[in-house]
Amino acid sequence: MAEELKVIVFTLAHEEYGIEVDKVRTIERMVPITRVPKTPTFVKGVINLRGIVIPIIDLRGRFGLAETEYTENSRIIIVSANDLEVGFIVDSANDVMDVMSDKIENPPEVVGGIKAKYISGVAKIGESRLLILLNLTEVLSRNEIIQLEQFGE
Amino acid sequence: MEMNQYMSMFIDESNDHLQSLNENMLRLEQQPEDIGIVQIIFRSAHTLKGMSATMGFEDLASLTHEMENVLDLVRNDKLRMNGHIFDTLFKCLDALESMVQDIINGGTGKSDVGELVQRLKAIVKGDFAGGAAKAATSAPTEAVSASLVLDQFQLSVLSQSMESGHKAYFIEVKVRDDCLLKAARAYMVFDVLERNGEVVKAHPSVQEIEQEQFDRSFSVYYISQVDEASLRDQISRVSEIESVNLNVVDKESLDMLEGSKGSSEKVTETVQEVAATLAPASSVATPAAESPAARSAPAAPSTGGTAPRTIRVDIERLDSLMNLFSELLIDRVRLEQLASEVKRNDLTETVEHMARVSADLQNIVLKLRMVPVESVFNRFPRMVRDLAKSLDKKVDLVIVGAETELDRTVIDEIGDPLVHLIRNAVDHGVEPITERVKLGKPEVGTVHLRAFHSGNHVFIEIEEDGKGINRPKVLETAIKRGVVSPDEAKKLSDDEVNMLIFAAGFSTADKVSDISGRGVGLDVVKSKITALGGHVTVTSTLGAGTKFSIQLPLTLSIIAAMLIKLGSEKYAFPLSSIVETGSVKRSAIRTLHGNRIIDYRQSIIPVISLAALVDSPDYRDEEEAETEMLIVRKGDKQAAILVDEFIGQSEIVLKPLGKYLAGNLGVVSGATILGDGHVALIVDPNALIK
Repeated sequence: MAEELKVIVFTLAHEEYGIEVDKVRTIERMVPITRVPKTPTFVKGVINLRGIVIPIIDLRGRFGLAETEYTENSRIIIVSANDLEVGFIVDSANDVMDVMSDKIENPPEVVGGIKAKYISGVAKIGESRLLILLNLTEVLSRNEIIQLEQFGE
Repeated sequence: MEMNQYMSMFIDESNDHLQSLNENMLRLEQQPEDIGIVQIIFRSAHTLKGMSATMGFEDLASLTHEMENVLDLVRNDKLRMNGHIFDTLFKCLDALESMVQDIINGGTGKSDVGELVQRLKAIVKGDFAGGAAKAATSAPTEAVSASLVLDQFQLSVLSQSMESGHKAYFIEVKVRDDCLLKAARAYMVFDVLERNGEVVKAHPSVQEIEQEQFDRSFSVYYISQVDEASLRDQISRVSEIESVNLNVVDKESLDMLEGSKGSSEKVTETVQEVAATLAPASSVATPAAESPAARSAPAAPSTGGTAPRTIRVDIERLDSLMNLFSELLIDRVRLEQLASEVKRNDLTETVEHMARVSADLQNIVLKLRMVPVESVFNRFPRMVRDLAKSLDKKVDLVIVGAETELDRTVIDEIGDPLVHLIRNAVDHGVEPITERVKLGKPEVGTVHLRAFHSGNHVFIEIEEDGKGINRPKVLETAIKRGVVSPDEAKKLSDDEVNMLIFAAGFSTADKVSDISGRGVGLDVVKSKITALGGHVTVTSTLGAGTKFSIQLPLTLSIIAAMLIKLGSEKYAFPLSSIVETGSVKRSAIRTLHGNRIIDYRQSIIPVISLAALVDSPDYRDEEEAETEMLIVRKGDKQAAILVDEFIGQSEIVLKPLGKYLAGNLGVVSGATILGDGHVALIVDPNALIK
């Protein structure tokens, strides 16, 4: 039996990505971000989300894609996984979709320059749409920040 | 499982009982003749046994059961406490504690208690053989036949207490057919009963009831001063109880029971015997129980009455209350800003009123999280006892101010540092007995543990009358370990030398002992206390003793801070570390070996540019002819921090930066939310001064 997976769909550099809906707390429009010194460049800072301070990551920067100016469509997706709460800045987020688990394939070696370990699978939707499912544990791995911090020093 | 909802209650109460067991055992060790204390201990152990059995923790139950047997002999004057019994009982308490700890950590609470049980059994047997005369009255603890026939001892107890004005009852309780936890309900009934009087006999036996080996009803003979109606009321208030059948036992029915049992002569004999043993016991118990109760604040739970009424609250609920309240605080600041812009009188008045109310509310919310330091202090008497014993020293621990309150978060953290300091005091401070005698000091060393409020801080002091810090020896060690250079060493003041013992990897002990000197030094203590926003100082007189003084903030969640601006960014500095604010002219800043310094009140202090430190995107102090500065302090070191502009002083709510950023953040220790909803970072002055 194929299971149904509900995912939030967002875009990043003209590609479509998905995060399981139960990992997403809310989706916010861009708000003022307070810079935190001595953090990797993809960490944009922290925001006030109704009284809670939440770190914000530019997902383009996190994946080594070119960072761009934020637009009307830019969104912050607040995710929580492994008791970490983090906001992702994405180009746009506008869809919730059901994905059948039998349509998900293992990640290819490289997708659009993003390391395969950040991807848990690729879902085929209809004839031509491809949805990249994120492996949140890897994306939020703190080891990488620590390495980056040491590299920067 | 249904058990889960009882679990947290079980854990809380077991901890309470274990604590009270520990405390009272220590008290009993001081006054071994005091039967009143034994009674309290017995009751605690008994309740603990009942609770564990109903929750299905067999090992806990069996160990407490054996302890109870020993205690029962003691309280009935058939056994005298001695060192061996105390040691065994303390060992049992340790075992119980680790089992409860295991349960808290999600374990099964299983543990091999066989050896301890054997030891307890041996105590019970051994002394029984010695006291031949006691055999006759040993009945109450022995398993009697399952019927509800009273033996002579119980009969005489009943008639005795009726004569002395107590009421005797025969109570039958029936639980409902659909009752899920019969044993738990029965336990609750027994709890009610034991709070108001004494159960003389139960059928089935208490043990069987605890193991749920009864059908739907059980019955007890019971002595109490409480009248029938209120007793019935209290028992029926336990839920899932179908019926309570209460019969007053009068002299006549008692006689009938006696008659069925045997000759009345024998009974009177026993009665006299019991009266003889009971009378001195009770007369000792009352005054003795009163005096220690008056001395230590928490009276035995059964005495109740004037004790403050409290409820247990989940700490998470308090935290969320705190969070919600801090949002309110942020809105208040925002409203105040708006009101000052709008300048409408009635709005300003309303906002001012709201400010006052929320200030009161803030006080109350903060107080809700305040816990007496007692909860930390009360584990120390036991620790000092064990330490002194293993070091072969005599040490008295005097606790003052255990009722002083501190924020829960501080309480949780302060335990470990205190353990270290007290160990240090007993191990390194207090001299061995022979040495003390030689010095003309009393054999018994004294360690004072004090807590008190002073302003916005709480002080905790640990002072002993031991040998004091040996300055030359400390210096020698410090130089040997490379903590200070020989030149520096000459310039140090006494207090500075004392502070050296907090340096990393420093131990004044000549040899590594069991208790300390295993590399975990006082440096850990110091860093922990500093992390809590407090600091620790040492004063010492050679030959007369040492005093550690810890200063702690009342709460960690709301602090007074100075808000400053740096171009477009805002930062907050904790007010507690700011010495002074002022401005400095470019020309006053000089360089020394490439480091920027200024002359500040006759001393040279380093100048730190905050803009450079945080890599500000739109401000540099080099361009300014005159710069605002903050003088901050870390211990006795000071530094001037250059900032763009002062915004003002304000109460801020500390918020963590989120786990993702936790760790190596350098100068930033947290964040706060400003009136306009923006996040400002809090600078940790301790990280600025190296």
